[in-house]
Order: sequence, then structure tokens, then C-alpha cells
Amino acid sequence: MLHYYLKLALLSLRRNPILSALMVAAIGLGIGVCMTALTVYHLMSADPIAHKSDRVYAVQLDSWDVNAPFIDARPEQAPWELTWRDAMVLRESDIAARRAAMFISTFATRPEAEGISPSFVITRLTDSDFFSLFDVPFAFGSAWTREADQAERPVIVLSKEKNEEMFGGENSVGRKLLIGERYFEVVGVLDDWAPVPKVYDLNNGPFNDPEDVYIPFSLTETLEAESTGNVNCWKNEPIDSFADFLNSECVWIQYWVELDSPTQVEEYQAFLDNYAREQQRLGRFERPLNNRLTSARDWLDVRRVVQDDNRVLVGLAFMFLAVCLLNTVGLLLAKFAGKAPQISLRRALGASRGTTFLQHLVEIGMIGVAGGLLGLGLAVAGLAGVRLIIDDYERLARLDPFLVGVAILIALAASLIAGIYPTWRACSVPPAAHLKTQ
Amino acid sequence: MEIRPILSAMLRNKTGAVLIALQIAVTLAVVTNAAHIIKQRLDLIGRPTGLDVAHIFQVQSVDFAEHVSFRERVRADLELLRGLPGVRAATAIGSMPLSGGGSATEHYVEAGQDESRVAANYFTIDEQGLETLGVKLVAGRDFRPEDVDFYESTSGKLPASIIVTDVLAKRLFPNGNALGATVYDGLGQPQAIIGIVEHMHGSWVDAERVDEVVLRPQIYDGNFVRYAVRTEPGRRDEVMAVVEQKLTALDPQRVVRGVRSLEEIASDSYGADRAMAILLTTVIALLIAVTALGIVGLASFSVKSRTKQIGTRRAIGASRPDIIRYFMVENWLITTGGVALGSALAVALNLWLVRTFELPKLEIVYIPLGIAALWLLGLLAVLGPARRAASIAPAIATRTV
Repeated sequence: MLHYYLKLALLSLRRNPILSALMVAAIGLGIGVCMTALTVYHLMSADPIAHKSDRVYAVQLDSWDVNAPFIDARPEQAPWELTWRDAMVLRESDIAARRAAMFISTFATRPEAEGISPSFVITRLTDSDFFSLFDVPFAFGSAWTREADQAERPVIVLSKEKNEEMFGGENSVGRKLLIGERYFEVVGVLDDWAPVPKVYDLNNGPFNDPEDVYIPFSLTETLEAESTGNVNCWKNEPIDSFADFLNSECVWIQYWVELDSPTQVEEYQAFLDNYAREQQRLGRFERPLNNRLTSARDWLDVRRVVQDDNRVLVGLAFMFLAVCLLNTVGLLLAKFAGKAPQISLRRALGASRGTTFLQHLVEIGMIGVAGGLLGLGLAVAGLAGVRLIIDDYERLARLDPFLVGVAILIALAASLIAGIYPTWRACSVPPAAHLKTQ
Repeated sequence: MEIRPILSAMLRNKTGAVLIALQIAVTLAVVTNAAHIIKQRLDLIGRPTGLDVAHIFQVQSVDFAEHVSFRERVRADLELLRGLPGVRAATAIGSMPLSGGGSATEHYVEAGQDESRVAANYFTIDEQGLETLGVKLVAGRDFRPEDVDFYESTSGKLPASIIVTDVLAKRLFPNGNALGATVYDGLGQPQAIIGIVEHMHGSWVDAERVDEVVLRPQIYDGNFVRYAVRTEPGRRDEVMAVVEQKLTALDPQRVVRGVRSLEEIASDSYGADRAMAILLTTVIALLIAVTALGIVGLASFSVKSRTKQIGTRRAIGASRPDIIRYFMVENWLITTGGVALGSALAVALNLWLVRTFELPKLEIVYIPLGIAALWLLGLLAVLGPARRAASIAPAIATRTV
């Protein structure tokens, strides 16, 4: 039966090729625009460490100016980052199973071997736990050890791209690299890795690529590594040396911990509050106690990673789809009204209202699927366009399989919703009226 | 005009008309709001920057370590840059305007008085800084070579003189006596305002006070330096092509890179706004196309299903223009119903956008403009089917009855 209906549907679609094409085009355009907007939105609001994002927490301490909040428009918030001195104290605590302080800096670099010209490297200075906290995959070697952290050992982990550039992509573990004035030993090379958004550092471009290389945070002082990321200061204090800067109230360090149970979270929160109270006695932390532990999942919301523009676009895209559907309803009505004599004949020959209805739903479903496929094609083109327009969206404007499924579903649902009323109208035509005039 | 019979004919078959009207209503709501957002973004991108954006580029140099001859290096680099054919001026500069990266600090009109402080974006440049950026001095004097000095990058020490933009001068000193006045940093170090420039955009293009800028005659010591270079008209790309190699040749034991035009830098900073404008324009274009096709489709169908009726009218005396007019008026009535509803929808959509996303309120002029555009669109779309209707021969009426 279904086969017969499909054949009938094809016949009917071919009878009015322009009308059919218009309907497919309308649905396709609606789906294409919606999918483009939705894909960017979906990837932007994605959770790159979904399987553990409720156990990984961003740490905030409110060490800011007593006279004004960190962000005027969001007075409930503490600074996004920590001061060096506070981060150093937090690193001493072993309540959290894993913890990592971090910031980015830039160095000139060159491998030991001749023939490769020096270049810049964006460098993340962080603790050994960084790699396990964020499940960073290794192609060769591994993260350095906590012992290397403590010993301030000059070790380095390379991104896959940097290893390609410096060592031609081979296993470079054990090789040496000049960073600034010191040689660093390669202990690990990452595999493909690009969390979107870059949850661990939303301060310096949430959709940027990860850094080129990683070295121990404990080397900051020796290297006098200046942050090339965000630095925010509020206090008027004389800063005449790197040591002064480290001891200042400037905030510039991101700090993450892994806490495995609610008890641990409580314990860690108490630890932060106690530390802040202790600092209050020493004349710092003059603002009301506001130390925050935010899970990675919530952090993306708190930091408002998804831009309003994208929400507006999704809203408008769905209004666009609505127009396309209204269009399709109109066209279907027109089409089915024209089929009234044929429907009447079928009904007079014994087809029930139910089977006629079903027969036309098959036809509409066909239009829906064709529209959905066209929509997918248009979405692919649309996303390519978006990538062309916005450089930062290189990683955001990619069709993902989940969304392809969603697209087909929306297309089917939309065309069925658009089709039910016209079909019902067509099937409720009294057969006698049309047969008489034939 | 025969509006009444048209209306009553429409009422007998209202679904099609209602669908078109609804489509037009949503189209009007989306188009007006999208056009409003586009206009706003384009205005933002098109603001005058006060800089000679088209002829400036940057280049950076990094050494492996800090070294004593760094100052010599900067002097030699600048001498080389200024001597390149096609170069008009060059300066060491802390960060590029319009780049999204930069520094800001508090400036106090009264030393130590918190109420008198004004935060402003500052740039460190040398005596060719103003010339390189292309900003216009309107009062006081430019920096001289003796004003410019090197400072430790970790040092908080400040140069004694600064130049500020006119807007900032007026904000700091509303009475207009900024020139020659002194402002202070948080630690009370004085800085005399020796010059005022007409207009200049700073680092952050999305900042409300993007044009409140301080220029300092200062170069930071260290292992990193950035240069801004301004070329003669039409020679930027040619100089950009050779600059990396020329600087590297001066000393290969360092990294020279980051050669980028200010045009490219600014374009990146406005990337999101430009993208929004392009995407919304696409949505508007597609929406108008879909709506127009919808009108054509339904009108064609209505012509087809009324063939006999039209033939009859023609047979009893209606002229071709009468038939065309009939469909035009019918369409105009539908569009008018649509835009009436659409105006309300446009305002509602805007209210939602204003409330949820803090977008600016829709300027009311967009609604009449949108209405006019949709009237025109409707008439154009229906013209084809209407003419086909007019070409129906009166004989049809008699043939198939």
C-alpha cells in the first residue's frame, strides 16, 4: 500500500512541478537557515568536557576593591581570575584531587637542531594536573609529574601542530627546545585537541585554538614570565619589578580544581572562606566574603559564552521557518484544492476518508524529506559562508551528526504540521459536488 | 473602485488570503527589526576613527632574552623602517588601536582624590607617533625626541608629558583649560598635558568611550617591541612584503613577525558586527524572496481556479485593465491586512529584543518604510499572474460550462 501511495505521490508531484519545487524550496530554505543558526548556537553552548564538567570547578576569590565590584553591571560576581599570591596559597592545599593554576605568556622559541628558524610560541604555564583535569589526549609521552612541578624542572608539552612544525610530527619526547633563554625537554606531545568553547580559559578568546606549548607554572618566577592574557588591577601600589607585580593585587591567573563529592565541595568552600577571613585580618579582602566554586558546566553560562547576537539569529531563523511553513500551507491548499475532482472520484469509488488522508500525508512527507535534504545542503553552504565571514568560527560552523538528525526531524514535523490542515480540507470535500460538474 | 465585491469574494475563500497576510505580517516584523540592527552595526563600523587606517601596518620583534642592547636595537630598527622607500613615518607602539588589546589606567585630576579619577586607554609612542597614526593635533605641541624615553616593562614610572584626545580633555577639564594642566596617576606622579588631538579611536571598539585616549612618549624595555608604520598612499602592501626580511637581516637572532595591516586588525575587531550585518541581510533577502514566491504561487493558483469566472467577466464587458486591477486591488487589500498586523508584531518583536538582549529600540521610521516595501513587493509579485488572468479569452466562459 505504502508503495502505491509513494507512486501516487510522485505522480502528483510531477503533475505540478513548479508548485512542488516551490514547496520543497520553501521548506528547504527554512530548514537551511534554521540549521545554520542552530549549529553555531549549539556548538557555542557546547560542553567540551561533558562527562566530568560537574566535577571540575573554577575557583574565584573576591580580592577586589572595597569601593567597587569587579564588574559594575554584575556586582554579585567576584573577579574571574586570581592574584598570584592567592593562587600560590591555594596550590598548597590537597583537598582537591587535582588542581591547576594557569595563564598564558609568549616566548621566542627554536629547536636545538639547526635549520629551523625561530618563532613565537603562545605558552600556557600550568600545573601537571591540567592535563588530567581537562582530559587532554597525548600522542607521545605524557604530562610532567608533580615532582617536576615542585622541582621547577624545564619540561615542555607540545601541541600536535607545534610538534609538526618543530620536529616534523615525529615522536619528539626527549628532544630539546629553546624557550626564551633556557632549553626545555619535551616530555609529551598532544594528540588532536581543541575544546570548543575553550572552557579552561574564557578570558582570552573562548573560541581560539589551544596554546602551542605547555610548561610548568612553577617556573613563572624564574622566567619572569609576563602574562600576555588578561591582567586586571585595581589597587594603586608601586610596581617597579616583576616581584612587585607578583605580590600585587592584580588578578591574572585562572584556577581550576577537581572535587569528586559534595562533601569535598563543602570542604573546599570552607577552606576558601577560611583563607579569605584570614586575609581579611591581614587587611586584604575588604569586600564581603564572596568566594565561588563554579562547575565547568555552569561556568560557561556564568561567563556568557553564547553571544546575544547568536540568540537573536536563532530567534529570527525560526520566524523565517514560520514564514516558509505558512508559505507551504498556502501552496498545499492551492494544490489540493485543484485535486478536489480527483479526490472526489477516488472517494466515490470507495476510498475511505482515512486512506485518502494517509495517501496525501505520504505525499507531504515526501515533500518534507526532499525539503529536509535540500535544507541540509543549504545548511552546509550556509555554514561554509559563516566560516568565511567570521574567522573565529572555524571550529563552530561545522555540521554535526546530531544536528543532521534534528534537521530531518524538524523538516518532517514541519511539513506534516503544514500539511494536516490542507489535507483535511481536501479530504472533507463532499464527493458528489465535484463529480456533478465533471 | 470595486473594493466591496473583491472583499466579499475574498471572504468566501479566506484561508489563502489569511495565510498570505500572516506571511507578510511576520516578514514585516523580521525585516524591520533586522534592518534596524544592520543599520546600527554599519554605523558602528563606519564611524570615523581619526586614524589613517588604510596606510598603517604593524610588525613585532621578540628576542630570546632581555639584553642590554635592546635600546640600540629599537633605534636601529626604527632608523631602518623610516628609511624604507614608501614609508612616511614609523613609531614604537605598545599596542595597536582598534585591535582589542591594550592598556587602560586611572587618571586623577586632583592627586589622590578618588572622585576626580577618569579611566582612560593609553598608548605608548615616540616622536613620530602622531604622524604615524595620522591623528590631527589641534592644540599644544607634538612629542619631541627629548620627551621620549625607555622604561623598564615592570616599572610603574611615567613620562612627564602626555597628549590626550579632545573628548578626554573636555571630560577631565570641563572648563576647557586642559592644555598645560596636570593629571596624576594613582600614586600621585604628575603628567602634564602638552597637546590635544582632534579625534582618535583606542583599543576596544566596543567600548562606550572608545575615543578617550591618552598618548605617552614612552617605549618599554624588554625583549618585545611592536612598531607601527605609515606608508605613502598605495605603497602599504609593497612595504609590508619586505619589512620582515629587512628587519630579520638586521639581526637574525630574533623573531620578527606579526606583520598585519591596521585595516585587517580593525576588520577583525568588527568581525562579529560585520558578520551579523551580512547574516541579517541574507535573512532579509531570503525572506523577501520566499514571501514573493508565496504570493506568486497563490495568485497563480487563484487565477487558474477562477478561469471561468474571469472569462465570464470578460464576456460581459470587463476590460483587460479591469482584470489586472482586480487582482492588484485584491493583493493590496491582503498586504494591507498583513502589514497592519505586522506593525504590531514588529513592535512586539522589538520589545522582546530590547528586553532580552538590550538592543536599542526600533526607530519608528522603519515600519512605514517596511510597509511601503511590502506593498510594492506584493504588487510586483502579483503583476505576472494578474496579466496572465487578463489574457484569458472571454470565449473560455462559454466553452466549458
